[in-house]
Amino acid sequence: MTVTASIPAGAPIPAAVPKVGPFRSTKLPAVDERTLGNGLRALAVRKPGIPLVQARLVLPAPRPRATGADRAKQVVLTETLLSGTPHRDSVEVAEALQRMGATLSVRSDSEDVRLQGSALSPSLGDFLDLIGELLAEPAFPKREVEIERARKAQEVLLQRAEPAVIARAALKRRLFGEHPYAGGLPDPEEVGAVSAAELRRYFTSRVTARDGLLILVGDLRPAKALDAVEAALGSWTGATGKARLPALPPIEPGPLLLVDRPGAAQSNVRIGGPALTRRDAGLPALLLANMIFGGYFSSRLVVNIREDKGYTYSPRSWIDHQALGSVLTVQADVGTEVTAPALLETRYELGRMATVPVGADELDSARRYLIGTTALSTQTQSGLAEYLQALSLAGLGLDYLRGLPKRLEKVTVGEVRDAAAEYLAPARLPTVIVGDAQAIRPSLETLDTVEDGPQP
Amino acid sequence: MPANPRRKRPPAPAFAVERFRLDNGLRVVLMPDSSAPTVAIAVVYDVGFRSEPEGMTGFAHLFEHLMFEGSVTLEKGQHDKLVTGNGGVMNGSTRADYTNYYEQLPSNALELGLYLEADRMRGLRLTDENVQNQIAVVKEEIRVNVVNQPFGGFPWILLPPVMFKTFANAHNGYGSFVDLEAASVDQAVAFFDQYYAPGNATLVVAGDLDVDQTREMVERHFGPIPARSVPPLASFAEPVPTEERRGVHHDPLAPLGALAVAYRVPDPVNQWEDYVASSVLTDLLADGTASRLYQRLVKRDRLATHVGGLLGTFGDPFDMRDPTMLQLLAYHPPGDIGPLLDALDEELAAVRAGAATAEEVDRVVTTMTAQTIRRLDDIMNRALVAAAFEQQRSQAELLSELPAVLAAVTPDDVTRVAGHWLQPSSRAVLEVVPGGER
Repeated sequence: MTVTASIPAGAPIPAAVPKVGPFRSTKLPAVDERTLGNGLRALAVRKPGIPLVQARLVLPAPRPRATGADRAKQVVLTETLLSGTPHRDSVEVAEALQRMGATLSVRSDSEDVRLQGSALSPSLGDFLDLIGELLAEPAFPKREVEIERARKAQEVLLQRAEPAVIARAALKRRLFGEHPYAGGLPDPEEVGAVSAAELRRYFTSRVTARDGLLILVGDLRPAKALDAVEAALGSWTGATGKARLPALPPIEPGPLLLVDRPGAAQSNVRIGGPALTRRDAGLPALLLANMIFGGYFSSRLVVNIREDKGYTYSPRSWIDHQALGSVLTVQADVGTEVTAPALLETRYELGRMATVPVGADELDSARRYLIGTTALSTQTQSGLAEYLQALSLAGLGLDYLRGLPKRLEKVTVGEVRDAAAEYLAPARLPTVIVGDAQAIRPSLETLDTVEDGPQP
Repeated sequence: MPANPRRKRPPAPAFAVERFRLDNGLRVVLMPDSSAPTVAIAVVYDVGFRSEPEGMTGFAHLFEHLMFEGSVTLEKGQHDKLVTGNGGVMNGSTRADYTNYYEQLPSNALELGLYLEADRMRGLRLTDENVQNQIAVVKEEIRVNVVNQPFGGFPWILLPPVMFKTFANAHNGYGSFVDLEAASVDQAVAFFDQYYAPGNATLVVAGDLDVDQTREMVERHFGPIPARSVPPLASFAEPVPTEERRGVHHDPLAPLGALAVAYRVPDPVNQWEDYVASSVLTDLLADGTASRLYQRLVKRDRLATHVGGLLGTFGDPFDMRDPTMLQLLAYHPPGDIGPLLDALDEELAAVRAGAATAEEVDRVVTTMTAQTIRRLDDIMNRALVAAAFEQQRSQAELLSELPAVLAAVTPDDVTRVAGHWLQPSSRAVLEVVPGGER
């Protein structure tokens, strides 16, 4: 190897790599909790530093089946829920938020409706009052619905042109079949036809406070904040009945699904499968297996297909936890001409994880990375709010985070291999590729049985 | 800047700043905050893609990648392993006027982080193999973000060549594949020698640190790096357009149309007060659903589906020197942009004529203050923003002063800046037409 060092002549020899002292864990704050009469569980955490409060609200709205019409309503609901009440129109809502230094956005799917935002801490009471008003008396004004459904139909058209969106939808469909978790983008025409009456009916008959969750993290007094929550949200109940989501279908491996995007400059490779949940004792071993495989920059996948072969910019793998189950996803956007080689290397690295023990040094690095970055991720108000929301939805609390480092420390090489053999085995993981089928199909067929996927 | 007596001073955290300079020219800022046992380290070098010579488009960014590929001391991959293997995260980014490198670590690894930044400032391991590998990686980065993406490069790559005439300001900072493929080890060695001298860098360390101990560590690790000549600060000045400039881009992947209308703005460093007023103006026009353009173009006239405003190339108002621009963006159903431009012009004419009210400016400033504070909750962001302030203005303290600076902006300031800068005769208009070129 030719080494051209740009070191000036006569420069001193650098010091040895400094030793790193003992890790000090982050002290996590106390959580105050109150369940309101309407069944909404509210958690408040004092985390000063900056004069803001982060809010996360999760309201159950489960749909046993997810039709295209449901998805269309969910998409239009995200904007129109903020478009007014009998007491203020959409401009007044937007201006009120500005005066509080607040942001507020809405997400809606077949599991729940989520409101997420933040406000300057002196405005917390006003912010909660506004949220309460929007939930209790959403007006869904006809004119606003007409504007928003037209906008959302255009937005869906744009999303349908995005390869990452196409790939995510194809993988979810492959993993979840007809289950509502498959999600998927609605038809733009259906979106454009959603009416104000349909939205009002959907919201009042589906969205409920019962078993809902509100997280407040920031510069607040917990008892006072919970009083404000009670005053603002305590009297809204929402829908009375509550549907249940069906259990997830088993994930079956099968042929490689190829979604054609003629002329695509890259192929979007997605591999997915089931994973352990936060309630499973074996999760730490799987978290470490995932890290070593593709979870961070020093992982085998990144070192192989990026740093050695230059097939891709940001390959990675991660685990998502949802209420009904957890999912492992492997992702790499690769040059069209190297699609099959990139898939081969990715499966090779999966197979190596599943069959050959990892090195003790690899395991230690992954362990320290997970422990360190978990601490980093709870440092900001928004980071802590996100974590607390995810844990609370799984029926866990911050004690989970307090205990995680010890659990990670105990994981052995053998446990990582067992977790990988179960969850990273390439023979068990469905593969979806979005790309130029004409260009990549022949070489992919040398590696796997290829089935044509639905058109995006 | 005198505070506006009308407005209550907004709540704002104060961040401590200690600064010193090493004999080799390295500027250092320490920002102690022991609220959590972590540290953030940022090194910003005073070179961005505006400094690239012709024939080397994309080189500043490619070089950023090479900074992670091994040093004289450390093999490829070791830098990263030492950061992540000790519980840290790291990255870098290339902007118009700087390139930064940064890591966030548990505070027990502070000295390791300083060592690693000093290590690559001392000298790189530049091999043909690594250069070829990272050329391939960067090409995939460009494919994922630009070539294979609807509205890829909009507006940051597509608008500058409409607004600007000089190569420095107009060229594509991601680079052409032709230029990237021609990149060599020799070019990288020369680039490092020219721009990566300690005197051309600013180091910021924020978080759980002891000022005296950290200063000693900084001196020990960075002090022995020999001083080298520092390139003089380049001027990228070019005149404000005197007549409208127009461009059309055909995007084969886009299902909608898009429009960017841009105006030059006051010098971010030397016309600071007017520049801050132009940041308030940007948000008043186009940030969020309460903004004037959203209400007019989306809600009233239903001509656009989405409206946005950016000050600076990437919408970070404090990462660039002069010249830069205020960009107003709209996505719209395919079709003639005439009505959209006319409606936009009417709204700007109203603001130039003094339509912005005190109540409106108050609301916008309150939201901007909250956004600023929210961003600074993360010590990594704090270190990065402080590094840019220190690099371009020798004023890391602006981090704490921003809320007061914003609060001092009056409706008259907004009107005056709009009147001077947002004239139809000096704008650049870029139209993105969906579908391939016919």
